[in-house]
Amino acid sequence: MLRYILRRIFYMIITLFIIATVTFFLMKLLPGSPLSAENKLSESQREVVLEKYGLNDPIPVQYVNYMTGLVRGDLGISFHFDNTPVTDILINRMPPSMVLGGQALIFGTIAGILFGLIAAIYHNGWLDYTSTVIAVLGTSIPSFVFAGLLQWYLANEWGLFPVALWGTYAHTVLPTIALAIFPMATAARFTRTEMLEVLGSDYITTARAKGVTESGIIFKHGLRNSLIPLVTVMGPMAVSLMTGTLVIEKIFAVPGIGEQFVSSIEVLDYPTIMGTTLLFSVLFIVILLVIDILYGLIDPRIRLTGGGR
Amino acid sequence: MAGQHQKNEPPKELFVSHERKENTTEMITKPSRSFFQDARRTFFKNKMAVVSIILMIIIILMSIIGPYFNEYGMDGQDLSRAKMPPRVPVAENIPFLGMDGTLQDEFKGSTVEEATENAVMRYDNAEDFVDIEVLSEGDGSTDSAEVSATYNIYEAKEMTDDYFWLGTDQLGRDQWTRIWLGTRVSLIIAFVAAAIDLLIGVAYGGISGYYGGRVDDVLQRIIEILSGIPNLVVIFLLLIVLQPGIMSIVLALTITGWTGMARIVRGEVLKQKNEEYVLAARTLGQTNGKIIRKHLMPNIAGIIIINTMFTIPSAIFFEAFLSFIGLGIVPPEASLGALIDAGFKVFRLYPYLVFYPAVLISIIMIAFNLIGDGLRDAFDPRMHK
Repeated sequence: MLRYILRRIFYMIITLFIIATVTFFLMKLLPGSPLSAENKLSESQREVVLEKYGLNDPIPVQYVNYMTGLVRGDLGISFHFDNTPVTDILINRMPPSMVLGGQALIFGTIAGILFGLIAAIYHNGWLDYTSTVIAVLGTSIPSFVFAGLLQWYLANEWGLFPVALWGTYAHTVLPTIALAIFPMATAARFTRTEMLEVLGSDYITTARAKGVTESGIIFKHGLRNSLIPLVTVMGPMAVSLMTGTLVIEKIFAVPGIGEQFVSSIEVLDYPTIMGTTLLFSVLFIVILLVIDILYGLIDPRIRLTGGGR
Repeated sequence: MAGQHQKNEPPKELFVSHERKENTTEMITKPSRSFFQDARRTFFKNKMAVVSIILMIIIILMSIIGPYFNEYGMDGQDLSRAKMPPRVPVAENIPFLGMDGTLQDEFKGSTVEEATENAVMRYDNAEDFVDIEVLSEGDGSTDSAEVSATYNIYEAKEMTDDYFWLGTDQLGRDQWTRIWLGTRVSLIIAFVAAAIDLLIGVAYGGISGYYGGRVDDVLQRIIEILSGIPNLVVIFLLLIVLQPGIMSIVLALTITGWTGMARIVRGEVLKQKNEEYVLAARTLGQTNGKIIRKHLMPNIAGIIIINTMFTIPSAIFFEAFLSFIGLGIVPPEASLGALIDAGFKVFRLYPYLVFYPAVLISIIMIAFNLIGDGLRDAFDPRMHK
């Protein structure tokens, strides 16, 4: 197991290194410089500023500086947004995204497991069909369409929640629902399939024969065993949450990382775009690693074969 | 004993000589069905999947011929006819369809007059063409009076002979034309991306799995590093650098997208190539190429088809998502995502601009997912055992 984790961490470092390198050279390739908007600068002033930020150094030196900066958590300085360091911007933007992502993941997964469970227990009944339809809609309909519907009906027409922006807890409700739809639908689908398979297996029949109560069978024998593979779909869920935050935060004007990224694209603020991209990469890779390790811990077969995913 | 035996013997004339018919055994069995025939039967029994296929055929046809149903072009900007609501012949006489070419909204004010004034101001000051219906008289306090205003914009602009079936956008471009052109762009991106994923993935995974050994080792290490890079990140980086357009989106989607297919194909080839029928074929002296084409391909085709069918909706979603955050198709080009993005900006005033593309993309996504589900059920070998 330790060898497996070490191998994965080794690959993770290589991947991050490649991403950082590609990011750096892309930034150098792109037109424009941090000073192109400052026309008032004289040639010598420009020289001083370039010197100060090390932009006069040869590319390899800049590359080494950039990489050492990255290791220390320095992502450069934003072209827009008052020349703030990108790291500061991202740290300030973190909390709303974390709150939304966390809430969506927790509520979505729990609701999804419940839906899936109900569907499996009442297999082929109307509850099953309803929950299946919800799951198909949830995985199919794009999150921004859902967000639009929620905003139009719950906020604009009925005035139950704030239309947009950030502040009170009520502000988090609609974005959280919009974000939670996909994890919910995925978890519901998955739990239903797994649960049906488990409930049809021999040891459940044995448990029934031995007189275990129905609730004992469903929760103790059934649910526990069907939840283990749910870890495998955590990866796609994490991906959907990240793509989700981009559009959902844009729609609800939430001051999070996603909204920052979209507005950076609109003004072509390259350092912020690249910094956010790097942050996304790190989050992604770490989450996938944690999921894989978790899965290895739960399911010994993965450990023995050294990871089949 | 002997007498008894004779007594029980049936009379000889009852015996009919049995003719041996070589073919009867074959004739009474049902015609044997191949795996694909079986899969097809299972698939067409799935009503949802069949309905989805029909829907998709209609949508694909419309994306080809739809833009030519009226005389308006994709680019026909004309500010004098901007933001016209949907108006459809015949359907305009059925009020609840919302296709009668009127804008309607509720307005508030401290008195009925003020509310009416607000309404008229919103509707181009065309007082003669705004019908006011008083909802509440109000008592003079702020926003207590409420009127419902209906603005007959087609009459106001003297365009009673024009029919914009799904309305026009902020620049006066016909939304019907743009929606079908946008659907066309979205579908092209999805199909091309899925086809490229399929080609590269099957070739790469097939080679890796079939030849094994060192080739497999090297190819797998490459995949391991490539798929470690989040594809979202690759897509972002590429689209920031490349010119926005169909080709760059397809490139961004496929540059790491094929790894999933390659892994699945490799795994399946690894499993199948050790089966006895392959060994038998090899013993009989079949060439590698023939084994791959005649024996392995048909056996892994199912899983390839399923995987491709799920690539298509995810590509459609990604294109819409990218266009929505401003990294994909940019106006004047249209795609479903770009149309939804444009519609969202005037969402509260002109909901029809976002409604139709949003409904269409949802239908397409649901249909493809249902077709994929149907195919998975049909091709899943476990279902046939």
